[in-house]
Amino acid sequence: MSQVYFEDVQESQEIPTLTEKCTSQRLVMWAAGSGDFYQIHYDKDFAQGNNLPDRITHGALKHALLGRLLHEWVGDGGRVKKVACQYRGMDMVNEDVICHGLVKRKFQEGGENLVELEVWTETPQGQKTTPGTAVVALPARGV
Amino acid sequence: MAEASAITDEMRAAIGKEWEPFTVEVDKTAVRMFARAVGYTDLIYYDEDYAKSKGYRSLPCPMGFVGHPIHRPDRSSRPAYVMPFKTSYKRVLNGGTDFEYYEPICAGDVLTATTKVVDMTERTGGMGPMLFITSDTIYKNQQGRAVAKFRGTLIQY
Repeated sequence: MSQVYFEDVQESQEIPTLTEKCTSQRLVMWAAGSGDFYQIHYDKDFAQGNNLPDRITHGALKHALLGRLLHEWVGDGGRVKKVACQYRGMDMVNEDVICHGLVKRKFQEGGENLVELEVWTETPQGQKTTPGTAVVALPARGV
Repeated sequence: MAEASAITDEMRAAIGKEWEPFTVEVDKTAVRMFARAVGYTDLIYYDEDYAKSKGYRSLPCPMGFVGHPIHRPDRSSRPAYVMPFKTSYKRVLNGGTDFEYYEPICAGDVLTATTKVVDMTERTGGMGPMLFITSDTIYKNQQGRAVAKFRGTLIQY
């Protein structure tokens, strides 16, 4: 994993996207890993009994995927300090969740090189279902 | 005529009041299970020696993971989405997640979590009247240092 440095980052820059297919197996792994056993995420009959077309991807899994997007971008030398998102729309089981990040601002504070980003997930149809914001710290090349 | 507020005095009194703290444990298997579920391939979440070579005390928590509350079948545990007060709404949705991390949380840590409701707002949307409840949970480690803050938004409708 090549390291991204503070100096290399430009405002309005998009970071590399992350796409993860949220199969029923992944949703079951998430249920076990997170401790969220609400049946709308893995039991089709239960989901349809709750007026949903099918099982839906956990909101918190989308939040965690945004965390992974940032972790993989900042590399070993960086650190994710904040990930916040809102669950505005549903993502259905077996669909790709496409995670995006856009640099909004870079600044220095408390001796850290910080980057504020707009983050979001999109459905394969391009609907932004999970808008949010994030802050990461990056290493500097120095002079 | 404006609709009457669904926020009762009991609910309003709950704003700012800390709930009884709960304990969460972070262990290696739980870190690996969580990291696998999210699809991480970074070995810091799986191989303790590798994590140590990167400066961590043990496997660090991936974003969104702060350990699991200790489950006991002989005690009822209130799920995080159930508020300690009654409201007139029937259904609940997760409205959002906001995590801030102050320092790494690693396997072996035992955290004390304290939650309080910080805001309640009523809005009318596509599903009719809705209540947004925002609550903050501060996680402190075994040394008493705050390591993370979770702000959750629940939508009742």
